[in-house]
Amino acid sequence: MAELQTNDGGGKKKKGGSKQKKISVHVDFTPMVDMNMLLITFFMLCTSLSKPQTMEINMPSNDKKITEEDQVKVKESQAVTLVLSGGDSIFYYTGLPNYKDFNSLKLSSYRADGIRSVLLKRNVAAVTQINELKKKKLDLKISQEQFTKLAAEIKNGKNTPVVIIKAADRATYKNLIDALDEMQICNIGRYVIDKITPAELFLIKNRESKGALSQNSAI
Amino acid sequence: MSKVKLARKSTLIDMTAMSDVTVLLLTFFMLTSTFVKKEPVQVTTPGSVSEIKIPDTNILQILIDPTGKVFMSLDKQKDMIETLSKVGDELGVSFTEEEIRKFKIQKTFGVPIKSMKQYLALPAEKQDAILKDYGIPTDSLDNQFKTWVKAARATNQELRIAIKADSNTPYKVIKDVMTSLQDLRENRYNLITSLKVESVK
Repeated sequence: MAELQTNDGGGKKKKGGSKQKKISVHVDFTPMVDMNMLLITFFMLCTSLSKPQTMEINMPSNDKKITEEDQVKVKESQAVTLVLSGGDSIFYYTGLPNYKDFNSLKLSSYRADGIRSVLLKRNVAAVTQINELKKKKLDLKISQEQFTKLAAEIKNGKNTPVVIIKAADRATYKNLIDALDEMQICNIGRYVIDKITPAELFLIKNRESKGALSQNSAI
Repeated sequence: MSKVKLARKSTLIDMTAMSDVTVLLLTFFMLTSTFVKKEPVQVTTPGSVSEIKIPDTNILQILIDPTGKVFMSLDKQKDMIETLSKVGDELGVSFTEEEIRKFKIQKTFGVPIKSMKQYLALPAEKQDAILKDYGIPTDSLDNQFKTWVKAARATNQELRIAIKADSNTPYKVIKDVMTSLQDLRENRYNLITSLKVESVK
């Protein structure tokens, strides 16, 4: 409670002039603190501090009218196809699929030593360039805008791998995000999410049965 | 013997400094935080290293729960009203003033158009309870999701589409949503993730 204390005791009274009482004002802030604490608790519980992160993706157009010339041709040696399957498993093959050899489809994992090392190895030129660029940015030799521009150039360079991500129906959303994440970590600028075809499903099944399917179909 | 005389001290503590601190903290929380939007289903977004923040306005959020139900939310009430009337026109349902008023205060919507009238007639508490059992149909026969997105896009050209899905959502559902978006030539959109720290070795 606020209280007004008059202290007129002690001290010499001024000669002449009007008598002025000295008033010291003490306001008790305890209820104010109580209320503030309540409000803070409310804000802490009912709001979220961090805004969610987001990932921007560009999907290929679904247009059927795209002509041959518009399609981007990819060198066979540069193409890597990731096949995301159920149970957090990820397969990959390079270049064109080889339906005869079940070992052409390799099993990998989402761990750092899995698909990431494979992609980093294939993209080693771009990765080293980007790292150099990052160093330059840290030393304040280039600005943020320059960095973004140069990094984009390196990422989309001619000799960088092109990754095609195909997810099976059994894969989860997390798998897809993890795969897209690897693209970012490995500095791959050219990647696309595509629909899985029966051919890939065949490859997985063929691998699981250790090539039994391809033998049957060959006969 | 002389007694030790204990001085009687006042127990009043000066709370001014404490109050200063709490007001500061309060200001900090009020300025930095955003209110948690009420969502009909609990969704855990997967972690990602991406650090782009999502803008505050002009967002069409598509919420996908682990079982594949799709919900949507728009951040402007004006857009909500226009979108509803456009969808209503296209699917042949007209709404009364009262229904529109009820619809525009919804945080998240996701009811098949057939059940929309019935749903809007319910009191707010009941709406919250049953919304999670609905979801916008996305299958190819009756793709109302497409209609909604198309209407929202026609209403606001600057709309950005953000997909927020649970980590355990099967890809099949995501694929349906993505294909529908592709059919509408919405080829750029955002995927909402949470932060994950990871370094390249």
